[in-house]
Amino acid sequence: MAGKSLSTGKSLGPIRRAFAPWNDPAAKPFIQFQNVTKSFGDFTAVDDLSLNIYEREFFALLGPSGCGKTTLMRMIAGFEEPTSGHVMLDGQDLVGVPPYRRPTNMMFQSYALFPHMNVWDNIAFGLKQDGMPKSDIATRVDEMLALVKLEKFAKRKPHQLSGGQKQRVALARSLAKKPKVLLLDEPLGALDKKLREETQFELIDLQVKLGMTFVIVTHDQEEAMTVADRIAVMDQGKIVQIATPAEIYEQPNSRYVADFIGDINLLEGHISSTEGGVTTLDCDGTGAKVQVIQDGGAKLGDRAWFAVRPEKVAISLSPPADPSVNAVTGEVWDIAYLGDVSIYHVRLATGATVKATITNTTRLVERPITWDDKVWLTWSGDGGVVLTR
Amino acid sequence: MALTNSPSGHSRLRWLVVAIPYLWLILLFLAPFLIVVKISLSATAIAMPPYEPALDFSAGLGALWQQLKELSFDNYVFLTEDALYWESYLSSLKIALISTFLILIIGYPIAYGMARARKEWRTTLLMLVILPFWTSFLIRVYAWIGILKPEGLLNQLLLSVGVISEPLNIMPSTLAVYIGIVYSYLPFMILPLYATLEKLDETLLEAAADLGCPPIQAFWKITFPLSLPGVLAGCFLVFIPAVGEFVIPDLLGGSDTLMIGKTLWAEFFSNRDWPVSSAVAVVLLAILVIPIMLFQNAQKKASE
Repeated sequence: MAGKSLSTGKSLGPIRRAFAPWNDPAAKPFIQFQNVTKSFGDFTAVDDLSLNIYEREFFALLGPSGCGKTTLMRMIAGFEEPTSGHVMLDGQDLVGVPPYRRPTNMMFQSYALFPHMNVWDNIAFGLKQDGMPKSDIATRVDEMLALVKLEKFAKRKPHQLSGGQKQRVALARSLAKKPKVLLLDEPLGALDKKLREETQFELIDLQVKLGMTFVIVTHDQEEAMTVADRIAVMDQGKIVQIATPAEIYEQPNSRYVADFIGDINLLEGHISSTEGGVTTLDCDGTGAKVQVIQDGGAKLGDRAWFAVRPEKVAISLSPPADPSVNAVTGEVWDIAYLGDVSIYHVRLATGATVKATITNTTRLVERPITWDDKVWLTWSGDGGVVLTR
Repeated sequence: MALTNSPSGHSRLRWLVVAIPYLWLILLFLAPFLIVVKISLSATAIAMPPYEPALDFSAGLGALWQQLKELSFDNYVFLTEDALYWESYLSSLKIALISTFLILIIGYPIAYGMARARKEWRTTLLMLVILPFWTSFLIRVYAWIGILKPEGLLNQLLLSVGVISEPLNIMPSTLAVYIGIVYSYLPFMILPLYATLEKLDETLLEAAADLGCPPIQAFWKITFPLSLPGVLAGCFLVFIPAVGEFVIPDLLGGSDTLMIGKTLWAEFFSNRDWPVSSAVAVVLLAILVIPIMLFQNAQKKASE
């Protein structure tokens, strides 16, 4: 079918143009953090941080608890004021503007629905606050109820709703005022896995449909990867890396990011060559040579780590053609059978463990490779990255 | 062990556990109340006890029936005939109502401040509210006499500062009764209010602010409606005993301060008219209990 339409010269439908204003030097940032520091007593929650978020972007702040991501979001909402630095929204400095005058709305982790008001009144709350005419409020609330498919629940009180329904009310309430920025604080944390995954896709649809800027705070890397255009990985009040989900996953800039997002194998060693766009790392102990197609990022003699994802490691009972490069050998220590994939834990002579994920493409229950087998692990030259921090 | 583990032993034990509060109420509330009702239906007599017929169970069932037939509602009719009683009831309700309102106005900010205080301070503040209970109620009311009387501490202070040139006649008066009631019952308002306000989720206020609601509006739209259970509990805890208050009007009030507790006391001890004072007590209970029950029913329906 595709071939036919190509041959007739017809288009395949609207081509999704890459949305990447962060690569466009002329693009004006929508939300800007300029050297923002926030301290609580001795504790520095956000440390001299600068960050640009663009209009219509779905931006995720990701990190472990206490990394400052929630504080960062609360500074956009106005619940915290920076100790120093500036927070700008659409060219306007937000510092000193109280939360009730900011054009942002937040969906709270606990939903924070007003328990004494029914669903309708909860959604109407912000609109009434703006002094919108009664008939307009009714139209807008009904519109919101339809958007989150809760028309039948308008007269219910929050305590009569399920977790997923509460989440929808909270979302409808925060969208009702058409905020310039919607802030989502761990919005799906209280939902079970299936509902969470469904809701993630609904959030993306909603964001595209409404054309709003969404900022989400989460500690769940899968959630961030699913919904966000870009992810900022944070640690101890600083941003470690900002990039698209694919870049974060495939080209982490540090062991911290590589380890935080997904599963990673790390082999430590020193750089023995950086010639011709190929970086060579001599691994400690085993003496295995790793050659990666990578220009820059490491200098000759640096301590460095080769980071490769388990699914990019191949496992085999027979040695590769050239066992001296991009290959290690060891014994199968453990196998984790997860149904769709199996993860082989291979112990090297140095005692280090390298994981290899193999997709289970057949229904065979007996796998050809099993415990205590001597195996070879190999990867391609563009399978991993060399990291120096 | 075998007995309590067997099914019948279990159900017996469960019955006992359920029965204890009922037994308690029957023994210590219902039985005395029925005795008071019975006395209120009797006639005054110069005897010991000072009413007849005195119930005498030894005379047999026939005699008991005879005695019951002698009971009459004369005392209740009498209450409607003498204006003193109606005026006392109304004055008590008025004083209790105004006091409750004053206590709410004073107690709410205190409870709010306590609930918003830093965590490590809250226990101390709570202790300070409860502290007066360690001194006898009677002694604390007497202390107010020392403060409010014409040559008391308050007048001395105001005179020495020069705010007044003549001592104020605060006591005895109805104003002194208000001061006494507000002071004595304030903790009963603060404690339930504090309990509800402390539980209030502060993210609700953040959510209100986020949706464009300034703090003062947020108080009236979020905090206050959500603290209503505490407000109601506090008001009941203050209003009900305040209506029947006797010590405070007796010690701080003047002869013109009418309160039903005082009237009841005078009827009982000065007039030795047990039947009429019992009728006063029964009516007082009815005045308080019936509206409260109706109100609570309405509340229950509203919350469903």
